[in-house]
Amino acid sequence: MKRTVPLIIAIVAGFVLLIANFIPYAEEWGLTAQEWFNILAVGAMILGGGNLIKLHLMKVSSKRKGWGYSVVTIVCFFGTLLIGLMKFGVHPNPLYPNYSWSGYYLESGSGLWWIYQHMVVPLTSMMFAMLAFYVATAAFRAFRAKNIEATLLLVTAGIVLLGRTYAGVWIFEGWLPESMQWLRFDNLTVWIMDVPNTAGTRAITIGIALGVVATSLRILLGVDRSYLGQD
Amino acid sequence: MLKTLQNLDRRWVFLAMLLAVAIPILTRTVFPEVVSKQAKLVFDAIENIPDGSNVLLSYDFDPASQGELLPMAQAFTRHCSIKGHKQYYMALWPLGSPMVDLSIDTIKSEYPHLKYGEDYVKFDYKAGGEAVIRMITQDLRGMFPLDSKGVPLDDIPMTKNIKNIQDMDLIVNVSAGDPGTKQWVQFAATTFGITTVSGCTGVQAPQMYPYIPEQLAGVLGAIKAAAEYEAAIDAVYPSIKENPKAQEAKRRMGPQLVAHGLMIFLIILGNWIYFVSRKRGQA
Repeated sequence: MKRTVPLIIAIVAGFVLLIANFIPYAEEWGLTAQEWFNILAVGAMILGGGNLIKLHLMKVSSKRKGWGYSVVTIVCFFGTLLIGLMKFGVHPNPLYPNYSWSGYYLESGSGLWWIYQHMVVPLTSMMFAMLAFYVATAAFRAFRAKNIEATLLLVTAGIVLLGRTYAGVWIFEGWLPESMQWLRFDNLTVWIMDVPNTAGTRAITIGIALGVVATSLRILLGVDRSYLGQD
Repeated sequence: MLKTLQNLDRRWVFLAMLLAVAIPILTRTVFPEVVSKQAKLVFDAIENIPDGSNVLLSYDFDPASQGELLPMAQAFTRHCSIKGHKQYYMALWPLGSPMVDLSIDTIKSEYPHLKYGEDYVKFDYKAGGEAVIRMITQDLRGMFPLDSKGVPLDDIPMTKNIKNIQDMDLIVNVSAGDPGTKQWVQFAATTFGITTVSGCTGVQAPQMYPYIPEQLAGVLGAIKAAAEYEAAIDAVYPSIKENPKAQEAKRRMGPQLVAHGLMIFLIILGNWIYFVSRKRGQA
């Protein structure tokens, strides 16, 4: 029962969405299934949050290495959740002044806005910005022309790196004849993106699509049940 | 010399990168931009539709990608505002909604004659990713009965006659991953033939090229393409050059040029060390 019911739900939902694409009469069924999916997606967020807390609580209770970070995670999680749900500092929507919780959750000056502006934005931007430093050390220590493939990759990377800046134009300015302008790094970058990249990506995409069709069919027909888990 | 370089503390590399990025920022170095084919395609897609067309702008990115994508998103907003297009904003990422707010702030401060509800409107974040796209291609009200201010769509002048996003003349998607451009192509652009352009991160851009020109009218990849797009807008609407905020992507190309130059230098230096060491039997 534990496996049969989810299996039936998956098969029915899959076929409904498939049929809805081909039979106009069934279009409404597809829309209803999508509405259910959206509601379930919200439920999945709650499950995800619950799972996060469970894992970190287990880490704290067993005092595993780095359990202090888990305490920070739990405190931040519940702090943000509380401030967001209670809409601290949010004024009621002028259209519904009698409903104190009707205001915009990220209203400028509100508690959640403060967390977003002064914690989320700088922290996530900082994480992304640090990539520049790590890529620079990786470039110095790891990008080696050890064989033909690695050399090709390095040369391509060099062309694209320069082609994605004004240097790609500037280096050749004034001396490269008109008939040789295609050699400019910015033009070579366009060619690399348009021809080898597009050909390779298209091949991979078609391969993935065929794989998705095959896997979807296996799920729809109940052959592949691995998504139900082991229990 | 070789030994010193072989054992170079990585903090020197960090310092070099810091200077490579900081100096052009502090000196406000700006380089000219040559408008590429892709930037021109995206510019034309927005420019060539009649003034006042319906444009859906989905900003599917978060603060982590803000540095790379926000100038592009702002440029889209400015271009649509100049053209007087009706702008319908939404976000498929939870933290995409504040990104939309930044663009709406731009409209309020730079184009105060445009009115909320008549010229632009915002729908709030809804969970579901591609399911949201699938839903609004059929029934906009099924997903967004209200706008982000809590007003029913039938009471908003620019949404009361919109049944679904098939009524849009163009979709503009700024994407940092999934759900993003790929899903817009799969469930809106391809299925219903809605003209779509994308602005995406540099990492994503190679995956988007195969969709051009049938499923995507054009792609802006990362800050470089954003700078080219700004240059394309400058060329047609020269008055925008006076607005420093509208030159943000171009300004960011200075640090990018020097940082890329440093990367090339480090790659060459690293390989020189490798080959010399190998020759001496040290590698």
